[in-house]
Amino acid sequence: MRLQVNGEAKVLELDVRTSLLDALREHLGLTGSKKGCDHGQCGACTVLMDGRRVNSCLTLAVMAEGSEITTIEGLGEPERLHPMQAAFLHHDGFQCGYCTPGQICSAVGMLEELAGGMPSHVTPDLEREPELSDAEVRERMSGNICRCAAYPNILAAIKDVGGAA
Amino acid sequence: MKSFTYERPESVEAAVAAIRGHPQARFVAGGTNLLDLMKHEIEAPTHLVDVNRLGLDQVEETSDGGLRIGALVRNSDLAADARVRSRYGVLARALLAGASGQLRNRATTAGNLLQRTRCYYFYDPAKPCNKREPGSGCSALAGFNRIHAVVGQSDHCIATHPSDMAVAMRVLDATVEVVSAEGERSIPIADFHRLPGDRPEIDTTLEAGELITHVALPPPPPGQQVYRKVRDRASYAFALVSVAAVLDEAEGRVRGGRVAMGGLAHKPWRSEKAEAAMADAKPGQAAQAAADVLLAGARGHGANGFKIPLARQTLASVIAGCEG
Repeated sequence: MRLQVNGEAKVLELDVRTSLLDALREHLGLTGSKKGCDHGQCGACTVLMDGRRVNSCLTLAVMAEGSEITTIEGLGEPERLHPMQAAFLHHDGFQCGYCTPGQICSAVGMLEELAGGMPSHVTPDLEREPELSDAEVRERMSGNICRCAAYPNILAAIKDVGGAA
Repeated sequence: MKSFTYERPESVEAAVAAIRGHPQARFVAGGTNLLDLMKHEIEAPTHLVDVNRLGLDQVEETSDGGLRIGALVRNSDLAADARVRSRYGVLARALLAGASGQLRNRATTAGNLLQRTRCYYFYDPAKPCNKREPGSGCSALAGFNRIHAVVGQSDHCIATHPSDMAVAMRVLDATVEVVSAEGERSIPIADFHRLPGDRPEIDTTLEAGELITHVALPPPPPGQQVYRKVRDRASYAFALVSVAAVLDEAEGRVRGGRVAMGGLAHKPWRSEKAEAAMADAKPGQAAQAAADVLLAGARGHGANGFKIPLARQTLASVIAGCEG
């Protein structure tokens, strides 16, 4: 199968049961995306699929053929960090770091959704543009669990990148 | 995960042909529930038909003023659709109350209707479960049953349907459009999900070989639309009790309305008789009259009895909150 990952075409021969997460980690060596629960509950495996955040553990690799996949490695590198990566460092938005790649990919996708005017459960009025409030960020990031509970600093990092004061 | 063969047709005709005569084949779209169940080997299809390239991803206006939603419209896109937000707020709110951002980006309209219960014992192959293994027994009856059904259940199964979206679809009288090699048919949402009875392994009236193509909404009924979900966490948790309502209230009286409830039964729980009982009553009386009908015969199984008063109180709160 052919996968488009971080701007590069990859040709792989895989068991059809291989999840996108396992294809990335075990077959392409992209171990930034993490396997937490492997059941779509923790968000550690979050990647961007055609720019939208998804749980890579609940997608078969073969189902991702034809889509552009972006992992944490594709967002930025140590010498040229993505603004969200830099903000997580600046605000100390992690402790052990295991959930961090998923948090960052999710946050990047989430800000796109917010900028596109997509509502959330806590948006007060469905017919008005949602705002980058604490409540909106918390609700929209509820699919990413941090067992170290670095949430306050994750929130600060995301609001920083999103442009909130 | 058990092994399977995979194909990815590019037309509805090809998809329907691919599954015909394969009782162990399954369609997969978002995969957010099916792949999880396959990892647990609760679902073990021998053939997987990926329907993601069939189109069916648009929301169209219908000539009668309603909407026709493609089966593959993602939950996040449906909730963000301007027409859904302005005319079917109860549906947008129900969608946004479910799952996480990542899951809503993949989960589809049809897949949401077809998701399976989150009963702990259904997910645990080491325990008897009539839904997973017919005839093996129901572990929830005398087990951990805090999340289970209080109405419509049977001695064979007390599982609930987990969807928020389906509860809103029920209150809006949606129609599920399906196609198979034999032709097309439409199923009213009221008849789509079934009660467990003595065949709890069957969740819906969809027949083998049928593919959902659209879900159609009639024009929105008059009144204020509300979705209220009560759950253990503020986000990313299934409903203990939920209420989808369309309420026409004026001058301190309920002129008419519709109410469907989630978290209580094997299907979205609605009663037209309960709605007749609400008409022309003050909100408090209307809520009590509707709850008396909706919860007639309700019974708990040890840990879930709290759902009965919780359902009454949630309904009363929603109806009181809609006073216009």
